[in-house]
Amino acid sequence: MATQVLMPALSPTMEEGTLAKWLVKEGDVVKSGQIIAEIETDKATMEFEAVDEGIVGRLLVAEGAAGVKVNTPIAVLVEAGESADAAPAAVAAAPVAAHAAAAAAVAAAPAAAPAPVAGEGWPHSDLPPGVPTKTMTVREALREAMAEEMRANPAVFLMGEEVGEYQGAYKISQGLLDEFGPKRVVDTPITEHGFAGIAVGASWGGLNPIVEFMTFNFAMQAIDHLINSAAKTLYMSGGQMGSPIVFRGPNGAAARVGAQHSQDYAAWYAAIPGLKVCMPYSAADAKGLLKSAIRDPNPVIFLENEIMYGRSFEVPAEGDFTIPFGKASILRAGTDVTIVSFGIGLTYSLQAADELAKEGISAEVINLRTLRPIDYDTVLASVMKTNRCVTVEEGFPVGSIGNHLAATIMQRAFDHLDAPVVNCTGKDVPMPYAANLEKLALTTTAEVVAAVKSVCYR
Amino acid sequence: MASKKAPDRPNVSKEELLKYYRDMLLIRRFEEKAGQLYGMGLIGGFCHLYIGQEAVVVGLEAAAKEGDKRITSYRDHGHMLACGMDAKGVMAELTGRIGGYSKGKGGSMHMFSKERHFYGGHGIVGAQVPLGAGLAFADKYLGNDNVTFAYFGDGAANQGQVYETYNMAELWNLPVVFVIENNQYAMGTSVKRSTKSPSLWERGAAYGIKGEAVDGMDVLAVKAAGEKAVAACRAGDGPYILEMMTYRYRGHSMSDPAKYRTREEVEKMRSEKDAIDHVRDLLVTGGLASDDELKAIDREIKAVVNESAEFAKDSPEPPLDELWTDIYA
Repeated sequence: MATQVLMPALSPTMEEGTLAKWLVKEGDVVKSGQIIAEIETDKATMEFEAVDEGIVGRLLVAEGAAGVKVNTPIAVLVEAGESADAAPAAVAAAPVAAHAAAAAAVAAAPAAAPAPVAGEGWPHSDLPPGVPTKTMTVREALREAMAEEMRANPAVFLMGEEVGEYQGAYKISQGLLDEFGPKRVVDTPITEHGFAGIAVGASWGGLNPIVEFMTFNFAMQAIDHLINSAAKTLYMSGGQMGSPIVFRGPNGAAARVGAQHSQDYAAWYAAIPGLKVCMPYSAADAKGLLKSAIRDPNPVIFLENEIMYGRSFEVPAEGDFTIPFGKASILRAGTDVTIVSFGIGLTYSLQAADELAKEGISAEVINLRTLRPIDYDTVLASVMKTNRCVTVEEGFPVGSIGNHLAATIMQRAFDHLDAPVVNCTGKDVPMPYAANLEKLALTTTAEVVAAVKSVCYR
Repeated sequence: MASKKAPDRPNVSKEELLKYYRDMLLIRRFEEKAGQLYGMGLIGGFCHLYIGQEAVVVGLEAAAKEGDKRITSYRDHGHMLACGMDAKGVMAELTGRIGGYSKGKGGSMHMFSKERHFYGGHGIVGAQVPLGAGLAFADKYLGNDNVTFAYFGDGAANQGQVYETYNMAELWNLPVVFVIENNQYAMGTSVKRSTKSPSLWERGAAYGIKGEAVDGMDVLAVKAAGEKAVAACRAGDGPYILEMMTYRYRGHSMSDPAKYRTREEVEKMRSEKDAIDHVRDLLVTGGLASDDELKAIDREIKAVVNESAEFAKDSPEPPLDELWTDIYA
């Protein structure tokens, strides 16, 4: 009986990939475990093994095809004497027919691939009108920011796990080793506490380190150096010794990676005087803020998001594009309610604003961009105009950025409020693994819509 | 002193010995004064005295050149004085005054001097070890021949980040000398009670790092070992570990009742191994200096220390707007 081979999901956040190379041709006999193709994900090129034995009856997707969705049939295996045409036409829901060679591979399952988000970001652009732009992913924007700053300043170097020869665990640093060499793209052992300390020391010694944490969850091992060593030394030295260093990497929930790999640290780091904290939303944010972070004479915590890495936005095409810290942007103007968010929270916020518009509620959506410093003025001016505010973030509810904003708005704009400020946050639980529970643990567009309606008494 | 056996006369000049004598005595008298000011309530919080360990920093500074860096723990007054920081500025930091090295905002455990290449003064046990390796990383990256001395105690020697740092320092051949000041007690826990492998420097072998144990009460032995370690680092053959066998006479901090060791043990070290007495013996028995000469130095040091204490009392507290400065560059 003919068997379909499906496009596999080869990483927790993979939605589609490129069929880089077929290693078999139609008519070849395939054994179980034989590598039949190379598939390029958003992170790496992976070898793809056959699970079933058979004869390659037909290759359904041509070599080089990009954007092949997970679970798309890519080939048909048949038995001797059987025609490929005998294969059922649609078996997308059939048992998984192939798996990745990589140990970390996730079996292809429809739930693993979140649907692309419509209406997010572009065309909700906060770039100045008339600026020539190019489309790029957040990943490319981060890479371009680092490369530009490394070209401009020989004291800037990148350090972290798998940043060099592996080309980056999430491919952010792809190509940087080739351009800058191993002196400036430094692969470290798996030793966060140690290399974070070494990097802070190097920042005192005249260098500008960029430390990549494979995820900010691993930075928990190193947090003493981020806070006690990097953030406090300028003050403790009476202004003699600052730490010009950037700690960057994915933060917050990815997809289906469980409690220890899914936590938003925005509120933790934003609590620390001496640190600056960025959380970009778009590719333009990523590029402009990261370039500013690398030039900043202070320690900067740069919180990225794995789910956002592959998303595309418009970025200014020319010139030295930077975004100043402490300057929020208004991603969408509105009159009835202010939605304040940052990072991936804006995905839900903008979707909610689109839905609310259909019901006649005009939401103003503010992208904070930096959480230390926070642009209170932009938030307060908007709230004084709309008289209502909802905050949106993925972090835990207790001591959240939203709590802090609510307190600030209460103190500084109390008389302008027509309703209490509502915080949409992640739930007060460790992140569950099960797909349905994970979805429930995160904040959602529906919750944002409901929160806005509640503050509008609708 | 007369009861001591006259040591072999080492090949060292009078000037050199007098310098060690003077530098070690400054640290001791300074620390005694700090203890006194603490008792008077002029110094607050934690205050960790270096008395007994003076030969370690003075000997190693003798092996250093301009541009070399040093970083240590919270027991840092001696390191600062030995590397040429001003006693007045250090004492005024202890009293929390604007004339202190950190304008009174760092305190005893958190002092820095970029000018003298002193990078703290760190209150988190062991944190200075990777930080020191990072300073060495920067020097190697920048292509100069500076060496960093990263000091830590026998207590910090059980912190994981020390071994993370050993691994990377050897992997990358960083020009850093790891100086374990083994004063036998991590706060109140003796080395015997905290580790089955009492030779701390030998742990470096697991990472391929050369090292040795040194009589940390003998400033000449310290200097000789320091020169060897520094030479290896400058030749691109770093890092290097020096385990200084030393002893602190005072408690861990000012609030330490010292129930974990006997008075006799401390007295024995003081009378038989004291680093300052040792140099004094060399000077006197070697006929290099008279009692009068040494007494003149004692008076001179006493004057410097008294002057620092007066400065530290007279210097005003930081103005209130200092609360809000130096948070961001």
